[in-house]
Order: sequence, then structure tokens, then C-alpha cells
Amino acid sequence: MFRYLGKRILFMILSIFLIVTATFFIMKAVPGGPFTSEKNVPDEIKAALEAKYGLDKPVFQQYLDYLKGVVTWDLGPSFTEKSSTVNQIINRGFPVSAYLGIEALIIALFGGIILGIIAALKHTKWPDFTSMVIATIGLSVPSFILAAFLQYFFAIKLGWFPIAKWESFKYTVLPAVALSATPLAFIARLIRSNMIEVLSQDYIKTAKAKGLSTLTTTVKHAVRNALLPVITYLGPLLANILTGAFVIERIFGVPGLGREFVISITNRDYTVIMGTTVFYSIILVVLVLLVDIAYTLVDPRIKLGGTGKE
Amino acid sequence: MKKTVFALISSITMLSVAMAGCGAPGQSSSGEQSQGENSAASDSGSTEKKVLRMNFASEPPTADPGLAEDSTSGAVVRATFEGLTRLKDNKPIESAAEKIDVSEDGLTYTFHLRDAKWSNGDPVTAQDFEFAWKRVLDPKTAANYSYQLYYIKNGEKANKGEVSLDEVGVKALDDKTLEVKLENPTPYFLELTAFYTYFPVNKKVVESNPNWANEASTHVGNGPFKLVEWEHKNKLAIEKNENYWDKDNVKLDRVEFSMVNDSNTELQMYENGELDWAGAPLNSLPVDVVPALKEEGKVITQPIAGTYWYKFNTEQPPFNNVKIRKAFAYAINRQAIIDNILQLNQLPALGAVPQSMSLNPDGYFKDNDVETAKKLLAEGMQELGISKLPEITLSYNTDSNHEKIAQAIQDQWKKNLGVDVKLANTEWKVYIEDLHQGKFQIGRMGWLGDFNDPINFLELFKDKYGGNNDTRWENAQFKELLNQSALEKDPAKRKEILAQAEKIFVDEMPVAPIYFYTDSWVKQDYVKGVQVSGLGDIDFKWADIEK
Repeated sequence: MFRYLGKRILFMILSIFLIVTATFFIMKAVPGGPFTSEKNVPDEIKAALEAKYGLDKPVFQQYLDYLKGVVTWDLGPSFTEKSSTVNQIINRGFPVSAYLGIEALIIALFGGIILGIIAALKHTKWPDFTSMVIATIGLSVPSFILAAFLQYFFAIKLGWFPIAKWESFKYTVLPAVALSATPLAFIARLIRSNMIEVLSQDYIKTAKAKGLSTLTTTVKHAVRNALLPVITYLGPLLANILTGAFVIERIFGVPGLGREFVISITNRDYTVIMGTTVFYSIILVVLVLLVDIAYTLVDPRIKLGGTGKE
Repeated sequence: MKKTVFALISSITMLSVAMAGCGAPGQSSSGEQSQGENSAASDSGSTEKKVLRMNFASEPPTADPGLAEDSTSGAVVRATFEGLTRLKDNKPIESAAEKIDVSEDGLTYTFHLRDAKWSNGDPVTAQDFEFAWKRVLDPKTAANYSYQLYYIKNGEKANKGEVSLDEVGVKALDDKTLEVKLENPTPYFLELTAFYTYFPVNKKVVESNPNWANEASTHVGNGPFKLVEWEHKNKLAIEKNENYWDKDNVKLDRVEFSMVNDSNTELQMYENGELDWAGAPLNSLPVDVVPALKEEGKVITQPIAGTYWYKFNTEQPPFNNVKIRKAFAYAINRQAIIDNILQLNQLPALGAVPQSMSLNPDGYFKDNDVETAKKLLAEGMQELGISKLPEITLSYNTDSNHEKIAQAIQDQWKKNLGVDVKLANTEWKVYIEDLHQGKFQIGRMGWLGDFNDPINFLELFKDKYGGNNDTRWENAQFKELLNQSALEKDPAKRKEILAQAEKIFVDEMPVAPIYFYTDSWVKQDYVKGVQVSGLGDIDFKWADIEK
């Protein structure tokens, strides 16, 4: 187990290194820089700006400096936002994105699992159809339309929640719901199809034959097995949802990290592009590892790498 | 079975730990809320506080006047600082300066400062101005807008490192007198001193803390308002500055800015009563709802100093021929584009200089002049000795509005001239690079004036390889007229010279002007006195709320 973990962590560091390198050189290859603007300034001013931010050095030197910055977690100043460093941007944006993301994740998980179980238990009856209609709508309606609908209905018509901004808990509800729609629908469908499969297995019949109640059979035997694919999905989903959602953040005026990621590319804000990419990739690889570990806990049939062979 | 329970419990614990780690949005604001209550309580008994609620489309990149270069930062800086002059009804009036003496030759300005204080209580001195201007010109500061100070003697040279900063023509004669020497008599210099790059900074504050402008707690200004709250990316608030010299004329107690980027959301917040203003100049109105808003008679529209134009690459055939350039420019139906696509009462551009500073309000040619266009096209092709035009591509940066305009013009050229033009769009920064490097045939661009003078719209075409010319067009006579205008002291004569220059420009047509920009917004009826200048700058100094 420890050996396996050590190996995995080594690979994680290697993949982050590769991501940093690839992002850095692709970013440099894109035409236009942070100081390209509608109003072209004299070359001397541009040179002074580049000198200030170290962009006058050879590209390879910049790359080495950047690697050093990543290791010491000093990601440099933002070019466009002169009042902030990249560390500050991440420290401010990530908690917001994570708060919103986890709220959305909780809604998606509980909503999706409940919806999926109901659908499976009442297979081909009306609760099944209702659940699946909800799930299909959740998957197929783009989040910005759902967001506009939520704003219109719950904020303007009913006045239950504010339209936008980020101040207290009630400001988080609409964006969280809008963000959770797609994963909720996906989880519901996953649970449903797995439950249907599991429910036809022999051991469920055995359990029923033993005289266990439907509730016990469902919770103890069926749901546990049906959860496995959800856990696989959870890793990337969590990474995705934690690192922010550009569209939702934009529409609801949420000061999260998602919009930094997108806007920094438009602005060619090199340090922010690199900083957010590195940060995201770290979260992603760590979560993938955690998911693998979680597997063994849920399903004793799975053993972590190599131990079986040795 | 135990393992399942363990897995469930552990995952729940993990989630809750993660939740606890994340700052709940309530935490930070609760402190401010109680603060707000306190101050409200202390004021109870007197009249209700006058709070204006506005929205920024984005976080202001900076609150430092020397580094500001965008309209959002400009709005914050204009509210929290005060230049030697300030624009009121588009005319510069004395502000930090009480009295201004101009020498006979127009080259020396002496500003006598009034007794005023910074928001931290320090006196505002001439040394603060000298320090601020030299700081902007210092190459180490790397201020992008330092070229705004090139009118000052040796400003350009010092910024480019050719002479030392000590030789720059700005000097504090004593605490209250500032002497400024200029390169050329600049008739619009007092407009420039109202521009934020010319604003002072508190020397002591800046020297002791290089990050002074990054947070509300360390920010010090001399303007009508002071920065009291800046929760980055989320909200910003300014309050009346009790140390301001003209505080009796400042009616608002507080202006709050949220930062919602989406213009639809902004408008909904406005309609729901959560904002007092939506649209320009800090954001824009969503185009789809404009017709409905206009029908209700709510939209306020004001022309601003900006021109939307199509640049021709005058080095490549067929646009190296002036007649073909003119044919393409004349064959555009500008009014139709404004009525059907833009819809915000923009003005058809029949010259380079916008209406607010116009040299010739009637324009230099006729909109949608198809007959002349056809004739010119035939003549031009004959001059070039071609019977068929080469393939022509119209480029623009990716944006739905630019695309609609390009498609309309493509269609008009097809119908009016029988010419097939291809469209190409690229991402913004890639697009600008291509344009600056001359990799285009016809390219879209917009140009906004920095100050209220026609020179803004002509000077960029002075040099063939000037940073913003892009067309590679050059004309000796045009250049000579611009040089003359820089030396002319008499405003009427100068205007005449510039009008001649504009006429040459339009005769040569290196760009096809399309329309002059307007700013459009909606506001609550009780909001009064917010000034939007002819440059599209917003100023809250004289704003009021009358409920």
C-alpha cells in the first residue's frame, strides 16, 4: 500500500511537471502578449514593462524561474490586475469556488442518488419516468439557460433569493442549484442503471429469499454496489466543480476561480494562466488518487496496484 | 458491511472538513454589516444616507492613478483623486489648482494650489504633483500610460531613458506652486490635467508603502470620495471624504459597486431595484433588450468621442489605389447598420473626428453613395490595370456585434459593387498583433479619445509605421499640417489647420469610418447629477439622490 502510494505520488509530481512545461511553452507560442493592446504604446514603454515583469529574459530562463516559483509556491504578480499577486488571486478565488462547488456537489449527490434509487425501485412505473425526465432536462438544458430561469423565477418573480452577488448563504443557493443540475442528472442515471442491474443479481434474490425487508436489501446490498461507478465519476466531477464554473460565476457575479482561469487566457495574463493551471492540475491528480483509495474501501474486490501480483 | 459505513462516514467527514476550510461568504461580510449598522445608527436622527448603487463589469485592475489605463480603474481614481483641473460639463475647471497662469508663449503653466488635504489629513502639496508625474515617467514604474505625459518638456526623453528625471519640466517652486514647462504650446493642456495619469499621489504614503493602492485600508486620495471597502472581485465602496476642499458640493454619502460581469444579470438587478444604474459607461446594455427598453423610453443615449472604422492595408493591391478605397467606403450604408444592428442611436461616421469635438459636423462625403462608388471602383480598377479584383478578406476580432456589422457590410458590397468579400475572425490579441504587423486587407478597429481634442483621431496616422497607424498610409501634407497645429496658439486657426488635415485624410481614405460611438444606459429617476463626459468618463462628484 505504501509502496503503491509512493509510486503514485512520484507519478503525480511527474505529471504536474509535464503540465507546467507544456502549458508554459504553448502559452508562449500563442500570438499576442499581456501588453498587446488596442492602443499601441511606444516600444520603450513596452520594454520597461517587460523588464519589470522579467519578460525580457530568454524564454528558457523564464521557464526555469517559473519552475522555481511553482516549487516555492510563489506564482508572481498578475499583469492585468496590478493590485494582486497570483497567490492572492488563488487564495481569494478558491475558497469561493470550493464553497459553491461543495454545496453543488451535496445537492447533486443527494438529489441524484435519491432520484436514481426511486427510478430503479419503481422501474418502468411513473416515478421512474418522472425522475428520468428531470434527469434528461438537467443534462440537456445548458447551465446558462437554467441560471437565467432560476434568476427569473426565484429571484424576480418569487423574491426568495437575490439575483446575483456573493455575500451570505442565501446568495449561494441559486448558483449552487444551477451548477448541480448536470452532475445531479448524471448521477441519477448512473445509479438507476446500476441499481437495475444489481437488483437482478442472484445475491439480491438470496437476500429477499432470506426474508430481508426491501429497505434492508436496497440499502445494504443494492445501493452499495450501485455506488461504485458514482465514485469513479466523483473524482473528476469534484475537481471540475471545485475549480469553478466560468459561466455560472459570470452570470451570478460569483468571485470564484473559474472565471480567472478563462479571463486570464483572453488577457494573456501569463502568470495567472500558469498559476491557475498548476493549481487545477494538482487538485485533479490528488483527487484521482483519493478516488482510487476510496475504491478499496467500498469494494473489497479491488486491491491497490501490484500487491496481488507480488 | 463495516467498511461501507466507514467509507460513508469518512467521505462525509472529508466533505465537512473541506467545507469548514472554505470561507463561507457570510463570514467576511458579517463584520462589515455590523459596521454599516453602527454608522447608520450614529447617523439616525439625521436624514437618510444617500447611497448610490452601481456595478462594475470587472474588478478594477488598480486604484493607483499612475498605473490606471482602463475605464473601471478610471472611475475609481476619478472619484478618489483630484487633478489640477476637473471636467465639468466637458470644460476643465480649477480643482486642486486655485489659479492657473499661462505664459505668453503658451509653454509655461504655473498652478497655484488651494489649501487641501489628503484623506489621511496630510496637506496636498506641489511636491506631491511633481513626485507623481516623475513617478509615472520613471521607466522603473513601467506605467503604460506614461505617454500621456509626453507633452511635458523632456517627458518623452526621460521616459525613454535618454535624459534624467531631473530634467523633466515640472517643478514645485514652493508647497503651493507648481511650474510646468511644455514641449509645445498645447491648447488642450488643461484638459490633460483633468486626466487621471496627471493626478497627484501622496508622496509620503507611496514612498513608505509600495502596495498602498492595493487595499482600501492603505489607499490615500485627495478626491471627493475615499476608498473605504475593497473586497477584491466582489465589491468596492467609496464614501464622502470629509477632508475634501469642496465637500459641501458632494451630496452622496456612499457609492457601492458590485462586480457582476454579465450585462443581462446587471439589467435584471436594476429592474429588481438592486441597482440604481445599468449599462454604459461601466458596462453595456444587452443588445437584445434594447428595443424593448427604448420603447419604454428609459434609455439615455449620449455620443462619446469614439470612432468605429475599417482600416485598409494601403500597401497591398487593390487598396493601394485610393479610388478603390473610396469606392468601398462610399458603398457602405451606415444608417442601415445603425438602425438594424447597433440600435443605440450611434451616428454615421463621415469623417474621422467624432461629433463631440467635430471639425466638420456635416461630414466629408455622403453615406451610401452607391453611384459614385461604382464609378470610382471602375476607374480605380482601370488605373490598376485589372479587370477583376483579387480575393479580398475583411478581418475582425471574434465578437457577435462585429460579426453582424461585417456581414451587413459584406452584403452591401456584394449588392452595391458586385464584389465578393470573405470574412475572417480571430481572437482579440491575435487579431491586434496581425493588424499591427500589417497582416490584413481590411480590418476593423475602434478608437476612443483620451481627451477632448481632434488631434486624438488624426495623430495616429501621422507616421507610416506609427504604433497605431496599421494602414501604412502616409502623407507629407497631412504630416506638415499636424506639425503646424502643434505650434499654433490661436484655437480658431488651429481648428482650421486640423480641419484641413482631416479633409486630406478623408480624401485619401486610408480608413473607412463606419460610426461614432454612443454610451447608453438606464438609471433610476432619483439619481441626479452623475456626469458622463464626452469621452465616456463617469464622475460622481456632483451626483445626488433625491427620493
